[in-house]
Amino acid sequence: MFKKLNITCDQATTICDKNQYGEATFLEKVKLNIHFLKCRICLLYTKQNITLSGFFKKEATNCKERIHCLSKEEKEEIKRNLDKTVS
Amino acid sequence: MSETVIHKIDSNKWINSYADYLYNYTVVRVNDADLAKDLVQDAFFAGLKSAKNFQGKSTERTWLVSILKRKIIDHYRKINSKKGQAEVRMNFYDNGENEGSWIEERVPQSWDNQSEKDIENEELKSQLERCINKLPEKYAMVFRMKTIQEFETEEICKELDITPSNLWVIIHRARTQLRKCMEDNWFKN
Repeated sequence: MFKKLNITCDQATTICDKNQYGEATFLEKVKLNIHFLKCRICLLYTKQNITLSGFFKKEATNCKERIHCLSKEEKEEIKRNLDKTVS
Repeated sequence: MSETVIHKIDSNKWINSYADYLYNYTVVRVNDADLAKDLVQDAFFAGLKSAKNFQGKSTERTWLVSILKRKIIDHYRKINSKKGQAEVRMNFYDNGENEGSWIEERVPQSWDNQSEKDIENEELKSQLERCINKLPEKYAMVFRMKTIQEFETEEICKELDITPSNLWVIIHRARTQLRKCMEDNWFKN
């Protein structure tokens, strides 16, 4: 039973990463917290991960506001290429 | 001859009506303007070739998107098989008695928390971009889709034909890599 709750740092940080998206399961969170009791490094990783998530969130907001379009010239180029194949 | 004319009309209409939509759809997934343009063009080509198979069950745009999706997945498979694994710096021992433990030189170091305040900083944004761009293409693609474009896990798995555990391993490798990159280039100053 307890052995199953014992995870490596690799597994702990994987759960931590998953948790940044709110997608870690209850059992995974239990395992992670037990791991924290004996591992300060992964605890620090988690703290830093939360900081990074804040940066990424900001970046996500910026990116979502952008709509990417092709220029008129690029569209003309595609049109020419398509017509070449069709004819 | 008449068939050619029909195709020509279609290609004109397609580009005016769908090119921007398809391009935007692609660029948020592959994050590369030239590549996105090529994939969109490939999708149009494929669409023209199989135009006679279009049964009108869905809208023309949905049909073109389904073709484009296959082009994107082909690209993902290509970058997945090409390089990938070898380029990823290991953060944890992958065998022996220390398996799963941090490799000493990759252990997180304390950060100067002053930098947290600089969240609006343009320099920070460029540094983040540089770090993401240093990731192997496959990791960058999945990381961006999940974190920057905020797609649902299920959607990414479906689009790229990967399992959720696959996705989390990729996200984990990308994020540990990014943490180290940001530590070396942003927090250590």
